Amino acid sequence: MSERAQLLLEIADDELILGWRNSEWTGIAPFLEEDVAFSSIAQNEIGHARALYELVARDLGTTADELAFDRRPDEYQSSPFVELRLVPDWARTIARHYLYETADEQRIKALVESDDPEVAGLAAKIDREEAYHRMHAQMWYDRLKDEPRFVEALEELQPLVMERGEHIAEFADLWDEMTMVRRSVVGATW
Amino acid sequence: MGASRGARGSGVIYEVFRLERKGQPFQHAGSIEAPDAVFAEWYAREQYGRRGESVALWVVPREAIAEIDEFVDELERNYHRVDGYPLKEKLKEARERAGTAAAGDR
Amino acid sequence: MTDQEFLEYVQGGGQVETHDELPDEYRAKLIKFIEMHGNSELMGVLPEREWILRAPTLQRKLALTAKVQDEVGHSQLIYRVVEDLGKPREQCLDDLISGKSKFHNVFHYPTKTWGDVGVIAWLVDAAAIISQKALLKCSYAPYARIMKKICWEESFHILHGRDVILTLMNGTDEQRELVQEALNRWWGPLMQFHGNPIPREEDPMYIWRIKSQGNEEARQQFLDGYVPQVWELGLTVPDAKLRKNDDGVWEYSEPDWDELKHVVTGHGPKTEERLGLRRTTREETAWVRRAVLAEAA
Repeated sequence: MSERAQLLLEIADDELILGWRNSEWTGIAPFLEEDVAFSSIAQNEIGHARALYELVARDLGTTADELAFDRRPDEYQSSPFVELRLVPDWARTIARHYLYETADEQRIKALVESDDPEVAGLAAKIDREEAYHRMHAQMWYDRLKDEPRFVEALEELQPLVMERGEHIAEFADLWDEMTMVRRSVVGATW
Repeated sequence: MGASRGARGSGVIYEVFRLERKGQPFQHAGSIEAPDAVFAEWYAREQYGRRGESVALWVVPREAIAEIDEFVDELERNYHRVDGYPLKEKLKEARERAGTAAAGDR
Repeated sequence: MTDQEFLEYVQGGGQVETHDELPDEYRAKLIKFIEMHGNSELMGVLPEREWILRAPTLQRKLALTAKVQDEVGHSQLIYRVVEDLGKPREQCLDDLISGKSKFHNVFHYPTKTWGDVGVIAWLVDAAAIISQKALLKCSYAPYARIMKKICWEESFHILHGRDVILTLMNGTDEQRELVQEALNRWWGPLMQFHGNPIPREEDPMYIWRIKSQGNEEARQQFLDGYVPQVWELGLTVPDAKLRKNDDGVWEYSEPDWDELKHVVTGHGPKTEERLGLRRTTREETAWVRRAVLAEAA
């Protein structure tokens, strides 16, 4: 696999899993208006994953869905940081959101500078959407920064930001559930 | 408009007006509850724009809006209304004088 | 305006706004009706959100997340209307969780397969949209206005449902079986959805022109629109009596009204579990509301 594919898959997997974790708040967020807003962030993340998978899929002669769903659990490049299940803890959710967006900004901006026009173009689009995510994270950070549990959450999660390596213990189960419908009729169109 | 603060003293109510497309007037779209104006902008954008249904929004705290629903007209100012101008009879009379009575006149 | 004058006014097509003088009975019935709608949108999220993780393609994952997001958005619109009528959102949520107020029967049942996801978006949403269109002319104007946005967004859900179902029906035998099996389970609740056939002249919701159609009218509209769609795909409806007679009226086996009553009074297969989830997540996030909503900006 090319270096470009490797890097893009890492970001795509992070966005797919984080998008899933953020979407776990749908219907049960602290209040309704935030529920709607946070769901858009989750959808954007899954959308970013999809666009990235599509780019890589062309390189590898496959499809975005096959990359998203048909690899083995150990082939996913996501960081355990995004895999953590944080519902129903809003403090840790926002702490991760804030830390992730800050770290992600760096790597996306690096891609915007890429010599590869396709990568640079996609990265610019993603960055424009993520500017809103950063605004959202900052908005919540400003509101919660004096809350002890939020300060604690930031301290706890900071060391884990974008760590690579082993997936969380539950990752295999997560993958199992994520792919169960798709695997129930192999090769089918859904 | 109901109470401007969510009735348990929670959050601030903002009214949202949306512009569907240029050339149309801004129309009242609904209301949201938010901690402050920064959050209100976020929530308005999501509730009234995520499906691309608006090209612009106005977000206004409910308490900034003054509603007027009483209009005084004690002395019947009919010159401000259509019924203050009874033209039909006068037009009929003028046509008869000019010999140009139309088919609809009687 | 006396109550009688008010009644004549709304029955003549008149609409009222928030600060108009509303008869006590009208206000009470309105709040209860609209609140139940808000509860239903919010509870409707729970059976569907489980499938966001399990969606078999990225497109389906996104469409389903957007659908569920819309439903939360609808509950926001609806509870705002209730709050402006005098019942605060927190009190509505208290009453929902304690079981004091109700939500529609269909959201008390489990979703067991991807077939359910398709059937819900195709047929349950269709049944709902028929009721919702009858609210577009609600005598209480603030509610009528939000119904316009709600109906517009629901139309996307039905497209999504149709797409899921057609894809399954054009797929393998196993996929077609998923749809038929889900339809077999959902048909009963669907037939109960519009409520028992109380004549509309006796239905307070119609009398006050909160709704513009009676329950049986809604059900007939549903059958007329959707049974042909079911049959044209080669699916069967699990009701041997279902047929359209010469007068254009659909005949069917009497729905189980006891089951409906049993379920909406809080005894559905999934009622406790779902209300329990609401209760615990609400408790866990109470600090957030205190932290950000409790004080002035």
